[in-house]
Amino acid sequence: MCLAIPGCVVDWIEKEPPFASATVEFAGVRRQVNMALVPEARVGDYVLVHAGVAISCIDAAEAQSVLETLREYALAEEEPEGGADSAAG
Amino acid sequence: MKYLDEYRDPECCRRLLAQIRRTVSRPWTVMEVCGGQTHGFLRYGLDQELAGCVELIHGPGCPVCVTPLESIDFAVELARRGDALVTSFGDMLRVPGSRESLMQVRASTGNVQVVYSPLDAVDLARRTPERQVVFFAVGFETTTPATALAVHQAHDLGLTNFSLLVSHVRVLPAMELLAADPQAGIHGFLAAGHVCTVAGFDSYVDFSRRHRMPVVVTGFEPVDLLSGVLECVEQLERGEARVANRYARSARAAGNQPALGLVADVYEPCDRPWRGLGVVPAGGLRLRAEWATWDAETRFPRQSQAVSEPPECRSGEVLTGRIKPPQCECFGVRCTPESPLGAPMVSAEGACSAYYRYAVARRETGSDSTRS
Repeated sequence: MCLAIPGCVVDWIEKEPPFASATVEFAGVRRQVNMALVPEARVGDYVLVHAGVAISCIDAAEAQSVLETLREYALAEEEPEGGADSAAG
Repeated sequence: MKYLDEYRDPECCRRLLAQIRRTVSRPWTVMEVCGGQTHGFLRYGLDQELAGCVELIHGPGCPVCVTPLESIDFAVELARRGDALVTSFGDMLRVPGSRESLMQVRASTGNVQVVYSPLDAVDLARRTPERQVVFFAVGFETTTPATALAVHQAHDLGLTNFSLLVSHVRVLPAMELLAADPQAGIHGFLAAGHVCTVAGFDSYVDFSRRHRMPVVVTGFEPVDLLSGVLECVEQLERGEARVANRYARSARAAGNQPALGLVADVYEPCDRPWRGLGVVPAGGLRLRAEWATWDAETRFPRQSQAVSEPPECRSGEVLTGRIKPPQCECFGVRCTPESPLGAPMVSAEGACSAYYRYAVARRETGSDSTRS
């Protein structure tokens, strides 16, 4: 039930809470979403939507940094494994 | 889809699994709090990949599963009597009450309707002023802002035919019970990413310190889940216990301030019975007195009595992590998604349903869909 789906803000419809709303696109499907909880969201931002309500604005820099950390793991992984391969070979 | 596909990348998962295996020196027991996380682990076969390193204990984070029988019976009663059109999320309809489910009442009376959002229920009430509309408000911190918004909208629209049957629950008080239970044997928690998106995770700092357990705010996609597990076992191996955030693209320490302000305006904490756990102190929310006009429990009379759970359903032990669903004698035999004995077999977040959908299918086909 705590499922929330990321969607891209296409345009604001209404700014005043509790009726604040925007058109949000999810993989090509557009839906009206309540935006009362994310007044800072701008057109082009991604929001996480739960039960018709946007609950957060996705932080693009943080999203990227996780994936970069994974690349570091890949580098750390290659070193010992490379050593083992050459020893075995 | 952006922000989903990259977190489902098999290569990233493989690297994280390798890193987890390099890190652990002994098996650790970790509870993922949210049922959405349970489904993620089983759907992608990550529980099998982690075997020997991390045992996952599935938490009670399935709102439909913990909604008490008497709340379901009251919703059934409202629809059965024709007092109101009862609306709720789809999962809630199939949960068995003591005599019948909302789905069964819908079939015979038409007084039940599925909505995607509580705000759709407000709109329904606006369009049908001659009819009372009740929204059966279940859910954790993730969902409470949406139902609080519904109350504000109903107020601003001057609607006298809309009300909430509130059965909201709060995660942290239930985590307190589980952390203090020596039988559970939990070493660390993966906290629910969307609950923390709304409520923040400042409140976990004291919890983590007192129980000397890592609490890792974790998302729902495979990369998120494994990243949360890795952070948790790294802390455990180092003998640390602190709050870490592995869902930083959405969750922030202080939470969503407009959401928290709204929820505090509309609701106040209360003791609430959870199916399987009993009464959890401060484990629920109720409407504040100034919003009582929108409370279905004050608007409509209640005739149904408190009832006990069906004795053969062991959902209480499943929800507290004491048994895994296949250890229940009824699992897959007398209890299936088509004919459930208890809520965890119904809900899209229930642990029994996750095992039935993914683990049973895996055994029958002899395949593992995650390794493709």
